[in-house]
Amino acid sequence: MLKIEQISKVFYPNTVNEKTAIEYVDLMVNAGDFITVVGSNGSGKSTLFNLISGSYPVTGGKIILNGKDVTHTPEYKRAFTIGRIFQDPTTGTAAKMSIEDNMITALYKGMKGLRISLNSANRDLFRKELNQLSMGLEDRLKDNVGLLSGGQRQALTLLMTVLSRPKMLLLDEHTAALDPRNAQIVMDLTTKFIARYNLTSLMVTHNMQHAIDFGNRLIMMDGGRIILDLAAEEKKSLTVLKLVQMFKSIKKQDYASDEDLLTP
Amino acid sequence: MLEGIFVDGLIFSIMVIGVLISYRILDFADLTCDGSFATGAAVATMAIVQGTGLVTALLLASAAGAIAGVITATIHNQLKVPGLLAGILTMTMLYSINIRILGGRANIPLLRITTIYTKFPLIFSSLSQSWALLVGTLLIVLFVKISIDIFFRTDLGISIGALGSNEQMIISMGINPKLLKVIGMGLSNGLIALSGGLLAQYQGFADANLGQGMVVQGLAAIMIGEFLFDSNRISLITLRVIFGAIIYKALMFLGRYYGYYIKLTPSDLKLLTGILVIVSLIIAQTRSAASSADARKKALRRNKARRVAEQKEVDHVEN
Repeated sequence: MLKIEQISKVFYPNTVNEKTAIEYVDLMVNAGDFITVVGSNGSGKSTLFNLISGSYPVTGGKIILNGKDVTHTPEYKRAFTIGRIFQDPTTGTAAKMSIEDNMITALYKGMKGLRISLNSANRDLFRKELNQLSMGLEDRLKDNVGLLSGGQRQALTLLMTVLSRPKMLLLDEHTAALDPRNAQIVMDLTTKFIARYNLTSLMVTHNMQHAIDFGNRLIMMDGGRIILDLAAEEKKSLTVLKLVQMFKSIKKQDYASDEDLLTP
Repeated sequence: MLEGIFVDGLIFSIMVIGVLISYRILDFADLTCDGSFATGAAVATMAIVQGTGLVTALLLASAAGAIAGVITATIHNQLKVPGLLAGILTMTMLYSINIRILGGRANIPLLRITTIYTKFPLIFSSLSQSWALLVGTLLIVLFVKISIDIFFRTDLGISIGALGSNEQMIISMGINPKLLKVIGMGLSNGLIALSGGLLAQYQGFADANLGQGMVVQGLAAIMIGEFLFDSNRISLITLRVIFGAIIYKALMFLGRYYGYYIKLTPSDLKLLTGILVIVSLIIAQTRSAASSADARKKALRRNKARRVAEQKEVDHVEN
């Protein structure tokens, strides 16, 4: 599905702020994988996602998506295959437009024409889709998205993303900005959609328990590299404590502040 | 006389719809407008002088404006400069081009030539001269308004609106945002030039300086409209833009007509327009601050009421 070969990313070269955010990373993502990605702040998780989705150009290496080399393909073209959800609930929806207008842009991928797709059949479809969020949004099609809460917006973003039928999902701490209850709702919806549409997924999380509970594979990043890659069997017997110990033994040093990088 | 204000305001409203598309819908601070308005006037005038049909002349004017908008969008897209700078570049270049279009002169009259405004009294012969002009203009404006309303309800139009609100979302949906900007800016400046082409025929001349200060005037009209009512529906948004444009022209008429009592001269009107925009911004800001403060207080009251209710329930159970 996704093959990453030796990709690197250097920010601000030749300045005092020079930083190698990703260093010769190789990763093979198989179709149907649900990979959770953990690592401390600045370990390169978000940069890796930005490189995969095409937000940033790579400094070196190759990205192969569905057998095609997409290393230099613009982000909007990769978006046909990749659906991405950000931590900030405001990034996935247009606040100044109604829910139905937002959903109609997500109904199919790619350039839009002079067709009027917003008809009663599609409104019914939207109501049906919104109904599974159980947030009462099905009665608010004409309300501006800016009026919704963070949790509602993120759930709507998730729904719109799957509505546009990507093959792959990049979830960049998509529940981190939500309160525990809404985070739970969005997480439940996420696993439901991933299973139903058989989406290959990568999910960054700071919640170690989530990283262990969800998915069939776990990777840990540090200093711009993948330092741990656990397959399904190894992952099953994993506990938060074991994960922290693994991290320590790889780093061969005691972290003074495990807390801020591996909060359970 | 009153009809005159309405005709003036209606012609102006087409330009304001153009400004609405760039500033409010696309969120693109576009100054091309000051140049493309005069381009529209120049192209329409020269086409009419050369003897092309009136409709063709207006279409040519629109097309010229659309090209100007496309150029601004392309400069912004390809050179990655802010929209503001891209617009200033195009506007400055257009000044030279407009004089070229006008055959090296800064001003071309349309005297003793059939224009759309000499035709209206013939078409609506049952009406008086000034009413005929008003009805003719109103029909054109309605046609433009309804076309724009329909356009912004198509999938393409909605995605242009979404781009102005959130560019990342458009990218995530597999749409090239650059292409949408080109389309939106072309449409915006096409309307602005159409308005210029109409104004040249109404006032009977084209002038290379016709577009000066148009952006600010357009913004003033948009803001006046926004005080009238609040809506997220495109048909109501374009409607209030038209009202705003007419009110703005009426205010300026009052300034010109009665201004001399307080020693105002026509050259002071630009200052007045600027002050109008600033005052509108202050009022809008105060209003939104007040309404969010109000919403916060309501939320507090709601929480309190809920706590009281919960407490009652607890008391009830305990008893």
